[in-house]
Amino acid sequence: MASRLMALWDWFDARMPSVGEEFRKHMSEYYAPKNFNFWYYFGVLSMLVLAVQIVSGIFLTMNYKPDAALAFGSVEYIMRDVPGGWLIRYIHSTGGSAFFLVVYLHMFRAMLYGSYKEPRELVWIFGVLLYLALMAEAFLGYLLPWGQMSYWGAQVIVNLFATVPFIGPDLALWIRGDYVVSDATLNRFFALHVIALPLVLLGLVVAHILALHDVGSNNPDGVEIKKNKDANGRPVDGIPFHPYYTVKDTVGVVVFLAVFCIVMFFLPEMGGYFLEYNNFIPADPLKTPEHIAPLWYFTPYYSILRAVPPLFNSQFPGVAAMGIATLILFLLPWLDRSPVKSIRYRGAYYKSALAIFVVAFMVLGYLGVKSTTVWGQFGFDAFFLDTKDRATWAARVCTVLYFAFFILMPWYTAKDKVKPVPDRVTM
Amino acid sequence: MSDKQKVDKARRNLVVATSVVGGAASIGAAIPFVASMLPSERAKAAGAPVEVDFSRLAPGEVGIFEWRGKPVWVIRRTKAMLDSLKAVTASLTDPASRSSIQPEYAKNELRAIKPEVMVVEGVCTHLGCSPQLKTAEAKAEMGADWEGGFYCACHGSKFDFAGRVFRGAPAPTNLTVPPHTFLSDNTLLIGDDKKGA
Amino acid sequence: MRKLLAALLFAPATLLAAGGQALDPAPIEPRDLVSLQAGARTFVNYCMNCHGAQYMRYNRLTDIGLTEAQIIDNLMFSADKVGETMKVAMSTKDGKAWFGVPPPDLSVIARSRGADWLYTYLRTFYRDEKSAHGWNNKVFPSVAMPHVLWKLQAEQSTVQYDTTARDLVNFLVYVGEPSGQSRKSIGIVVLFVLVVLFVFAYAMKKAFWKDVR
Repeated sequence: MASRLMALWDWFDARMPSVGEEFRKHMSEYYAPKNFNFWYYFGVLSMLVLAVQIVSGIFLTMNYKPDAALAFGSVEYIMRDVPGGWLIRYIHSTGGSAFFLVVYLHMFRAMLYGSYKEPRELVWIFGVLLYLALMAEAFLGYLLPWGQMSYWGAQVIVNLFATVPFIGPDLALWIRGDYVVSDATLNRFFALHVIALPLVLLGLVVAHILALHDVGSNNPDGVEIKKNKDANGRPVDGIPFHPYYTVKDTVGVVVFLAVFCIVMFFLPEMGGYFLEYNNFIPADPLKTPEHIAPLWYFTPYYSILRAVPPLFNSQFPGVAAMGIATLILFLLPWLDRSPVKSIRYRGAYYKSALAIFVVAFMVLGYLGVKSTTVWGQFGFDAFFLDTKDRATWAARVCTVLYFAFFILMPWYTAKDKVKPVPDRVTM
Repeated sequence: MSDKQKVDKARRNLVVATSVVGGAASIGAAIPFVASMLPSERAKAAGAPVEVDFSRLAPGEVGIFEWRGKPVWVIRRTKAMLDSLKAVTASLTDPASRSSIQPEYAKNELRAIKPEVMVVEGVCTHLGCSPQLKTAEAKAEMGADWEGGFYCACHGSKFDFAGRVFRGAPAPTNLTVPPHTFLSDNTLLIGDDKKGA
Repeated sequence: MRKLLAALLFAPATLLAAGGQALDPAPIEPRDLVSLQAGARTFVNYCMNCHGAQYMRYNRLTDIGLTEAQIIDNLMFSADKVGETMKVAMSTKDGKAWFGVPPPDLSVIARSRGADWLYTYLRTFYRDEKSAHGWNNKVFPSVAMPHVLWKLQAEQSTVQYDTTARDLVNFLVYVGEPSGQSRKSIGIVVLFVLVVLFVFAYAMKKAFWKDVR
């Protein structure tokens, strides 16, 4: 049996050797540092979730109807009448949130260990592009259930584009294809969500991985393992990705799936954070829900948008701040002047800056799901207080901290007292 | 050497065990996806048995009713039509309906519960076109020995008034008789043969 | 547009929740079939005059321990076939004319409002002469719906009426997600399989990583 299979493989390999070559190049002879830790699971988990979303998405499109009159009902049809439909729908809705969770942790890993630094700038840039494409994909997909939150979320976000000076109103009109979010908008968002952006995402994943495998993986010590090779030209601190990391990642995948299943089977709404309660009310263009907030993964940016006060009666500064907050990520490799990569060998400045950044990001995320009055109001009045809502001021402070992390980075990373980096990785 | 072999064996067994459990789990995970392509509750509700009142049919007339989106013919057969069935027996592919689909109570020469009421799916067993009625008067078109029946325009299959296929036609079997039951003299339940379902 | 945007982004959005009224926790029990069946009876007898559950099929009610014959005999008033959905006979247009707003479909009302809100809502109607139909509600001020269950509330003791409301909410929660119970039981099996898989995968990882020092 085994020899038969080997013979079949030889037959195949003789005719199409590139399959074997690629496997060796990217798996069995791709040398990854042997000291990967917990944080290194989230790359493969992002890919897993992408695959899960594509498969569950394909099966959802078999019964979903991108028609303003039918969309909401077709989702309930999937939840009730299609055999196994409820499970597929929950896989997709839980997968959406899981995607952002693993991607945020994956990005945080890069910031911990300086994975964006030379020579991995392109890996980082493709990664940020992936993140932006993922945000677009999530936003487009969120309109499809055609509930109140879908509708008004899309209405607000599209209107953000309307604040762009000069071309804004026409731009928003072009995006919607109508004067309000309507059937035409739903139809095009569907097309972009199920075909266009998945193709972009897949292409970027390939670019991200090729760029990574060309320069090799970073590790928690930030040591370049390619600098230490044995007589055969193999990095002494490297181990073949297959089988070592395939078996290790299998464990990570199983644990992740268990967490995923706990949420999906027992808390699919996640207290209104994964499936919002108001989204179980069909879209009503005449009535805005009293409390609207984007899903949790957008709320840090939504907070920044709300925190920036309008200027000359225009919301554009807030919109611009939100845009810059995402685009500034591209500059990270060049803002960081530290001679070391990993946080293990960095000094107090960067460690504090990263900690403050994480706290600011989480506070922004929290405030984004709450109303601006959540923390009450200041008891005093002053000329500079355009609003007395404490939460708005907290969001403003956190917005400043968010940007300060990046803008001051060239200064504090250059000044930082770094520790000596070992020649070899530590286990 | 033997130590190394032992290690490899342990690995191999664990790879096999993990693959088996993982493979089984994957098959389990595929179940909802495969199942989602089966008819939904809506399709099943739409395909539920239909009650048919055929009192308006004159002798010799064919009524077309819809069940599961398919045409179902109810034919009020005349004496002449019933006689024609005996005459054509010799030129049929499956005169006793041995390899055709019909409920047990319609597995007879007349393929019916009551001889004068024929219930049959109007879907050609060749590739699914719906044949058209050709009465005994259509001899000019259908040939001198035509006793009346149905003709499928797609590929030329011919059937008699019991839906039985003539030899030399591409259709392999007789037309299918759906499950049905009489609720009264002039009403039928098509799609189910249990009363009151 | 700009104004709308400003309103959406900056308006204090505290008005949600219950108009100030604290919500009573609904003592629902999704596995209590007797309660679900009682709720189903209240639903078809009182709610379904105006509200439908257009995504719910009658024959699905076999989930709550009813036979198709029982459903046809006791619960189906306007539908002919047991496979039909629980649509309301009243048209949206009539609803709008009679109540000002068309009565909403209740298929997923428990998922948007929550069980506690519904339970409190059903139990906090009060007389209000200023309203057109003479009723008002503590969690839904100026509600367009009159107190449809008022006769029941008058006939029953407080405890009995609370049970009626509980059963109805229990049923609405079931209707909101009919697969809710099988979701949980399948979840337990899936987690068990993943635990087994974890044991093997972890042992496999250990066996391979022995080499790596």
